[in-house]
Parts: sequence; C-alpha cells; structure tokens
Amino acid sequence: MSHQETDISRRQFLGKAAAAGLMIAPGVMLYKVAQARAPEMPASSSNRWGMLIDTSKCATGCSDCVTACQTENGWGGENSNEVHSAPTQQAHWIRKVKLTDKQTGHVQSLPLMCQHCENPPCVDVCPTGASMKRADGIVLVDKHICIGCRYCMMACPYKARSFIHEELHNQIPYAPRGKGTVESCTMCVQRVDNNGTPACVEACNSEGHKAMYFGDLNDPSSDISKRLKEYGATEIRADLELNTGVRYQGI
Amino acid sequence: MAYSQRLSRKAIAWLIGAVLVLPLTTFAEVPSPVIPKAKGDKCVRPTEIMRKDHMKFLLHHREETVREGIRTKKDSLKECIACHNAPDKNGKVARIGSPEHFCSTCHNYAAVKIDCFECHADKPANTQYRHSLAEGDSPHHPGMKSEDKVLSGKTLEILTAKGDKE
Repeated sequence: MSHQETDISRRQFLGKAAAAGLMIAPGVMLYKVAQARAPEMPASSSNRWGMLIDTSKCATGCSDCVTACQTENGWGGENSNEVHSAPTQQAHWIRKVKLTDKQTGHVQSLPLMCQHCENPPCVDVCPTGASMKRADGIVLVDKHICIGCRYCMMACPYKARSFIHEELHNQIPYAPRGKGTVESCTMCVQRVDNNGTPACVEACNSEGHKAMYFGDLNDPSSDISKRLKEYGATEIRADLELNTGVRYQGI
Repeated sequence: MAYSQRLSRKAIAWLIGAVLVLPLTTFAEVPSPVIPKAKGDKCVRPTEIMRKDHMKFLLHHREETVREGIRTKKDSLKECIACHNAPDKNGKVARIGSPEHFCSTCHNYAAVKIDCFECHADKPANTQYRHSLAEGDSPHHPGMKSEDKVLSGKTLEILTAKGDKE
C-alpha cells in the first residue's frame, strides 16, 4: 500500500518536471522550441495572439499605425472607394483615441481597434456564425456568410467594426473586402499565418516609437508575455470580463 | 370577299416561309468561349475535373483558410488568378466581366453569375496599391522604371512571380 502511494507521488513529481521542461543533463533543460507554423497546419489554441500598447510612448497626433493598416488592408485613405458614405459610415479598422483627464488636463493618446476578446460579444450575437474566433484567439468576420445585419457592430463595446455600404474596386488580393459585409481589424491574419507581425506594430517599431508589441500570450518566454508579467497592463472595459487580447499600459 | 381570301392566302404563305427560314437565322451557333492561356505549364488538377468541380475545391479551401488559417496554395483563388489572369507583356490585365478574363469568358457564355470578385481581387497584384513602385526609380526596387505611372511589364512580371507577399 505504502509502495503504491510512493509510486503516485513519484509520478506526480515527474509530471510536474515534464511540464516545466525536460531535463536532459543536470542543469541543462530542453524546452519546447517555438516553431513556425507550416501553411497546411491549422491555427492552434496553443497560441493566443495578442498586442500590448504602451500609451506613454504613443504620441498624440501620430497615426503611423493607422496609415500602415490602411496600406496593408486597403481601407480608407485617398484611394477609398467609399465615396458616397459619410465619414462616420466609412470603414475604420483602427483609430487614434485621445483621452483627456478633465481634472488635471493630462492628455493621452492610444490606438483602438478590435480587442480580440476571449469571450467576444460579436460572436455571441451573430445569427449566421460569420462572426467567429479562430483557435489562436483572432476574432474575424467570415464575409462569405455575413448577411450584413450589423448585430455585431451593436454588440461590440469598442466600436471596432464597420459596415461597407457601397461597391468596392481594386481590392488587395490577400485582403478581400466588399459591399454588404461587416469588417474589422484582423490582426493582419495574412501576416500572422506567415509567421509575421501585424502592419501597425511593424510600422510603430520601424518608425522608432516602440509603443506596440505583438506576440503569443500563451508563450511565457515571448517578449509580450514577459512585459505583461513585469509591468502589468489594463484591459479597456475590464468590467465586462471579455479577457481582451489587446492590453494597454499607462491608462 | 375575293380580296380578303387572297390576302389570307398570302399571309399563310408568308408565315410558312418565315417558319422555314427561322431556324437558319435564330438558332445559329453561339461562339464558344475563348479561354486565355495560363501563365504556368500545368493546372493543379486535370482540366476536365477543374471545369466541372472548381467551385467545390474553392468552397472547401475558403472554409479552411478563413476558419482555420490553412494557407496552402493548391486551391487558393489568389493563386488561380495569379496564374490564369496574369498581365500580358505590356502590363495589361483583363478585368472581371470582360470576355478576356479567365473566369468571365465561360461564366458569360454559360450565364452563371458569380459574386467572388465583389470582394476578391480579379487580378494578381493591385497596381494602385503599389504606386510607390511606379513613381520613378524606387530605392527598394532598382531598375524598375515606368512610364506614365503604369507599371512596366517586367515589373509586373516580377511582382506576380513573387506573389503578393508583403
């Protein structure tokens, strides 16, 4: 009896040791190496893609992330096809928001886009299943089955989604968009699937602002996870308990 | 009486004549669609299968790509377009709806309306999007000069050959 008990505890110990990493020699541990996903592999729930935005480094008046998103995904800007739509109706995947503390007059600026919630209200309300969350946490609209009812736009607390009111032309091959469907930030899924970084994050870093970070929230060794662990971050509307994939520092 | 009889006889003769001539004019053969040549040597599947079932492969692949993030090239619409509707040597590319477009040529003939290209690009690379390349000698792409802000055939060939990766 006592022999069995020892066995169980030994097994538990081994289990814990395996979870932490495999010891191949005293002091040498072999961790699972983060591997790039092959094109034929589906997105996996072992990843959860997220973003971290440092508002202290985000300059008021700077819109490099917005411009990069427009260029990458082909919405807005000078070449927009949405000529008949009012500015408030036009597509807006990412916007710069200015926060002013009325008491102190302190001004902060931050980019706001789809927050890629773990429990997305847009997915809850969608009547067709077009609004969906991928296994790796990216929230998307499957425009093939979107009927354009716009329930998701009403459900989203971040005003992150747009509806396309008119015919579009000259879309970018990897970013299909069209009339009668809802769209929002895709976290540049076409880049992420090729082991890349979203256009906004890339632009922010290449311009030297370094206010945006992208990475795997499930991987404790990723840059974003380390930063979140060390400095912490805030969810916008944390009271809704949506567990957003986009986190903000300094608000 | 005689006059009206003559008239009706004349009318009947005319009608019979018209009926005999009708098949020769109205039912003349509609010209078969002219299918543009693809850029590659060989399609991903035999032509007979693709002609009959291309929509099934596209439907299956779209589910995998949008929902699961599987981005293989075999049944990707983007790859079909890149090969079957590549720009010609002058950089001219057919647009959807025109008989020169690979998809339209048959779909116009068969009167089957498709809405793929209301969202998807009907040509390989968006030359408007890559306008920076068309503006003189780009430092990133030396030797890619162009006239009148239209990409040269060589530039487009390089762009389409490399795909649309950023």
